[in-house]
Amino acid sequence: MPAVKETVETVRQIDVDQYKYGFVTNIESELAPKGLNEDIVRYISAKKNEPEWLLEWRLDAYRRWLTMQEPTWARVHYPQIDFQDLHYYSAPKKTPGPKSLDEVDPELLRTYEKLGIPLREREILAGVEPQNRVAVDAVFDSVSVVTTFKEELAKAGVIFCAISEAVHTHPELVKQYLGTVVPTTDNFYATLNSAVFSDGSFVYIPPGVKCPMELSTYFRINEQKTGQFERTLIIADKGSYVSYLEGCTAPKRDEAQLHAAVVELIALDDAEIKYSTVQNWYPGDKDGKGGIYNFVTKRGDCRGARSKISWTQVETGSAITWKYPSCILRGEGSSGEFYSIAISNGMQQVDSGTKMIHLGKNTTSKILAKGIAAGRSDNTYRGQVTAHRKATGARNFTNCDSLLIGQQCGAHTIPYIESKNASAVFEHEATTSKIAEDQLFYCMQRGLDEEEAVALIVNGFVKEVLQQLPMEFAVEAQKLIAVSLEGSVG
Amino acid sequence: MLEIKNLHVEIDGKKILNGLNLTVKAGEVAAIMGPNGSGKSTLSYVISGKEDYTVTEGEILLDGVNILEMEPHERAHAGLFLAFQYPLEIPGVATMTFLKAALNAQAKSRGEDELSPGEFMKKVREAAGKLGINPDMLKRPLNVGFSGGEKKRMEILQMALLGPKMAILDETDSGLDIDALRIVAEGVNAHRDPNHAFLVITHYQRLLDHIRPDTVHVMAKGQIVRTGGPEIALELEERGYAEYLGNAA
Repeated sequence: MPAVKETVETVRQIDVDQYKYGFVTNIESELAPKGLNEDIVRYISAKKNEPEWLLEWRLDAYRRWLTMQEPTWARVHYPQIDFQDLHYYSAPKKTPGPKSLDEVDPELLRTYEKLGIPLREREILAGVEPQNRVAVDAVFDSVSVVTTFKEELAKAGVIFCAISEAVHTHPELVKQYLGTVVPTTDNFYATLNSAVFSDGSFVYIPPGVKCPMELSTYFRINEQKTGQFERTLIIADKGSYVSYLEGCTAPKRDEAQLHAAVVELIALDDAEIKYSTVQNWYPGDKDGKGGIYNFVTKRGDCRGARSKISWTQVETGSAITWKYPSCILRGEGSSGEFYSIAISNGMQQVDSGTKMIHLGKNTTSKILAKGIAAGRSDNTYRGQVTAHRKATGARNFTNCDSLLIGQQCGAHTIPYIESKNASAVFEHEATTSKIAEDQLFYCMQRGLDEEEAVALIVNGFVKEVLQQLPMEFAVEAQKLIAVSLEGSVG
Repeated sequence: MLEIKNLHVEIDGKKILNGLNLTVKAGEVAAIMGPNGSGKSTLSYVISGKEDYTVTEGEILLDGVNILEMEPHERAHAGLFLAFQYPLEIPGVATMTFLKAALNAQAKSRGEDELSPGEFMKKVREAAGKLGINPDMLKRPLNVGFSGGEKKRMEILQMALLGPKMAILDETDSGLDIDALRIVAEGVNAHRDPNHAFLVITHYQRLLDHIRPDTVHVMAKGQIVRTGGPEIALELEERGYAEYLGNAA
């Protein structure tokens, strides 16, 4: 089995506590002064040259945020965040906005090369079949530095650009959809994001168009003492299709860093959005020092009839993960899916899951969550499935499985199920298992060493979810899983 | 081939094996028969290196080398195979994938190249065919939802592919109907030759009608209490184990 062998090889090459993407790019940044107040909100808005309505929208959010309390219901523990001790804007100095590649600082291009994300279209075109091309929006700290394949996508009518750019080039679309899925009042971190979001990706797929390539955004936090607050907005118009990928890494730093993103998806009639995440933020060191606090609000609105939104996530990084990619199933016959692999090792804490809100008739949803806890980590699945009074014929199937490796980790499953319509059918299955000593012994009796045996069993455990990822990313994710679990045995 | 000398084994402070002695020569098929609780399965686990047991005294030699300090996978590399009484399920891992991982791990330990996918497929299909295993089953996760008989056949398939010099069959007959029993026995018989040895652990005479042992050992209360030819098995079938339960302590 080459894949397993490869993962095991990869594991061998990397020492414990060696996060591969932990380097820092030395680049001069323009930083907003530390702290948060109305002036900072105005500063960010001015940097982006935003229209008045957006500034007002931000300020509304900021004033609302001042009245809100940080939520404490998640099963995660961290020291109080001092929101006045953060920079809310950081941008590489030489690139004021996403322009052509020639204008991008070579140091940035090298950074993305090092991360394995090619940004030069010519280089990508050289080695890749057209159907395997991926268009990338590269977000560095608070700004999008470049978006590839824009022209080619434009030919199909697809808009793919930084959201700060879309505000200027497609204000009507941004104004119509921004904040309609995750309102500015939604929750503490989403509201904070609405006030200070700096950049992120914007996607619009016109009616009937199948997006000709995978779209992806690659987030990189570089600057220290900086929060990253990106905002992604994806609209799939009637009968369209798009597959979108998100990747993220950050340097190793001793201080924890805050990442509070908002992602909004809107699918109109018969449209389909497939959103995949491979989250590999710096998880902190083995004693729990440093790492990213990943407090993210992701939500999709199946607004149109027969629309479909599918979330797939592989969560391996972050010191703390707090995220619930959700679907509002509003359109009749719409469907939502959530496939998740959440891995925690070392001192990581994960509280993640989904919400499936059935509002429309004959809506269906499926949840398949696989949690793997190792080391001294804590891994919680939290999921909500509800059926509204009008959601006649709603159906949900939930399956969440947890796998424990070792004696000091914890796995928890917290489902909330509520139905106000008697015809709704909700099924919930959950299992928690340890990698049984007996299973390991069985594999070892056949000649596999302990690491190979664990890799084989874990890959089997997550297989159903990995199959949901686009092929190339599935291989990446498989390697990432092995690396994340490295040092978990024995 | 296999020599066990004065083996004392405990689990959670409870003594299971009490100075057990046993020798299996190359090319020999030895059977161990004994009542429930006599320590038969413990013996098979201790030989193959399961963690839960504490060996307080004695040694186990494979080709003259003491294997007690070796990890289970190292013992497998040395040519030891255990057909489990209760084969484990490995969800999500296709049987084919598992077989390949095992074969490759053992090839690597011998410094050999991995089989090419073509060679591997051919080898597995052939061996599976002989055991009446449907090729579709090889795509399913290992042992998940397999019937008792299918699981046992899969154990024999693994044995056939790995070609161990010392194979232990732990109650391979339990849960098998007569047809499956015959197929499994044929699978074992096909591998009998002067270089391979078998230790067949069973409660009943039935299996030994199909796999004719050279030697039969009677085990009771953690010791081998009698050794002889195949005739012992028939005797046990008639008289039961009662006489051994009284005098072994």
